[in-house]
Amino acid sequence: MNEPGSLTGRPSRARTRIVRSFTSRHRIPLRCARLGFSTRYSPWTAFLIVALSFVVLGVAAWSMTLGAYPITVREVIAALWGSPVNPQDDFIVVGLRAPRVVTALLAGAALAMSGAIFQALVRNPLAAPDIIGVNAGAGVVVVFLIVTGMPAALIAPGAFVGALTTAVVVYLLTWRRGVSGARLVLVGIGVNAILSALITLLIIRFPVDRVSLAVWWQAGTLHGSTAADAWLLVVGCALLVPIALRLTSSAHVMTFGDDAARGLGVRVEPARAGLLLVGSGLAATAVAAVGPIGFIALISPHIARMLAGHYTSGVLLLSALIGATIVLLADTAAQHAFAFSVPVGVLTAAVGAPYFLYLMARAGRRARA
Amino acid sequence: MAIADRDHVGSNAVKKTEGRTKRVGFLVSRSRRAVGLVALALLLTAVSAASLSIGSAPTPATAVWPALTDFDGSNDHIIVRDMRLTRTLIGLAVGAALGVAGGLMQAITRNPLAEPGILGVNAGAAFAIVTAVYVFGAVTPLGYVWFAFFGAAAAVTIVYLLGTMAGSKATPVTLALAGVVVTLLLDSWITLILVFNERTLDEVRFWLAGSLAGRGLEEMTFLVPFLVIALLAGLLLARQLNTLSLGEDVARSLGARTGRVRLISAIVVVILAGSAVAAAGPIGFVGLAVPHIARSLAGADYRWIQSYALLLGPTLLVGADVLGRVLARPGEVQVGIITALLGAPLLIALARRKRLVST
Repeated sequence: MNEPGSLTGRPSRARTRIVRSFTSRHRIPLRCARLGFSTRYSPWTAFLIVALSFVVLGVAAWSMTLGAYPITVREVIAALWGSPVNPQDDFIVVGLRAPRVVTALLAGAALAMSGAIFQALVRNPLAAPDIIGVNAGAGVVVVFLIVTGMPAALIAPGAFVGALTTAVVVYLLTWRRGVSGARLVLVGIGVNAILSALITLLIIRFPVDRVSLAVWWQAGTLHGSTAADAWLLVVGCALLVPIALRLTSSAHVMTFGDDAARGLGVRVEPARAGLLLVGSGLAATAVAAVGPIGFIALISPHIARMLAGHYTSGVLLLSALIGATIVLLADTAAQHAFAFSVPVGVLTAAVGAPYFLYLMARAGRRARA
Repeated sequence: MAIADRDHVGSNAVKKTEGRTKRVGFLVSRSRRAVGLVALALLLTAVSAASLSIGSAPTPATAVWPALTDFDGSNDHIIVRDMRLTRTLIGLAVGAALGVAGGLMQAITRNPLAEPGILGVNAGAAFAIVTAVYVFGAVTPLGYVWFAFFGAAAAVTIVYLLGTMAGSKATPVTLALAGVVVTLLLDSWITLILVFNERTLDEVRFWLAGSLAGRGLEEMTFLVPFLVIALLAGLLLARQLNTLSLGEDVARSLGARTGRVRLISAIVVVILAGSAVAAAGPIGFVGLAVPHIARSLAGADYRWIQSYALLLGPTLLVGADVLGRVLARPGEVQVGIITALLGAPLLIALARRKRLVST
């Protein structure tokens, strides 16, 4: 009656164990002394990453079929593969839609990873690069460039320089024999306020038509994204993501507190500086390519942590995928759901903000339960 | 928390640190504080006079007093009376409101960083007003002041809930972060509206920066009863705030109804901040700076702090307005921008003070 694999009675113990290891947050230690390798592997997170990758690819393909000139999925894939069914597919898919989709995916991933890093760095689930002033730093430079009518090619490098400079300034102002996460947040809020005031000054002093354009950029938009933006993000992510992954273990341990981390052998100050640089670099790259899209950096790590537990490289990648999906969906909706094209940041703000409040309410209820 | 470690003993507030006692306030005796208050009143008068005589159109200083008392219809007199007097009076009212509101907020949250700008109250009122302008086309405070109150109240509730929810304890940082997140939320919704509607953008962008100009006195008159009642309440609550600052347990055991005091204070803050935003747009950092300066002058007794705040707030705000007019002649830099540029460094300096945050 209780033979393994029988249809009656309880399932075998082996099967129960496999099912449970996939659905629980249980992490399996993997060690190899000869390679000097010791880590914990979570089947659940791995499953989520794989599943979400497929979702992302699916949504990307679907997104590329929409537009004034509808194309089927098969034609999209054929065009990407290099042998388009119709000759104009090549231009539309590869020239117009694919860069925008790739930019959306990578910008979402970069912002989400940046948010995850900041939240681990500051040990507070409300932290994000938008709050520390990184977005405002980019904003000041770009709004200035737009309202004074400077060439559009300067916008991306300007945003990048502005964002990174702000991060460095915030770090230096926080330094007082070491950097504490709480102080970093407060100094960031102050710097953000100064930069926002400067942006407001620019918005007031210049004529409304130019200012509209600047406000449009400030909302974050993928309108007119080219292959150049996509490549910028590819290069930026390729450089920064490996560093972020390397620093993950230190970041994870630092969430337990500085003293505990030091006791466990983590070099706290260098790790913190490195994490700040990487997080700001990722946010700066995203802002340079698409403008400051809000709430992705704040929400994606929350969702990832809700699904898969606390901060690890798996959770980092998971939040990247979640961010990518959200931005892609938002951009698709922004392009096609309304009569006219809407900046994607507007949608992420409209939807992301209430969703964020809902997430916090859920977390609060769970914490109190 | 470091701030609660201070020993508040009546009006002679001293702080015991490692055997040394350090006075919290610069003016240590009651008579000196009264003198300080009078001096502050004189300073306020001087700043107001400066506000009446400085501006884009050069008017002789001798024209100010006659313009108020012996109006004769000349250009100078019109400028002084209609334009500068209006903005000075608005500045006085808004400054007092923000200063007293800041003191209240810092007392009831026991958070030295609390103020209507940082904790999102201004943003809540501003968002409600922008929505009213967009939906109803309302352009005068009479049309949207109730929206402002409602928006401010909603923001206060959300920030409080968020601040006590995220993370296990409501430290100064958590509350400030919650306020910033809510401000970000609301600013992005404001941007949403402004992106879609250039007319609204053009109408509100000056007001959104926080400006004392562009309003007539008649529009403000109905705000006066709200402000007067709320300011009176803010001053009368000072005694309760003293008790509250001893800590939750001690206050309760002394018979103070802490919940009720907090609720009434929150309502007063909403009225003050909502009126201020309805009159002049969201102006930040006045509520932060004023209580700190008042505390450094007058000590930790809230009766004195609130009295000083009542005079210090207008002084700072009207002073900032004058500065804005002087810096950008013949135009002006809006007062909200000046207060942010001057006040945010204060926030950074406060953040760097060792006792404020623990790692």
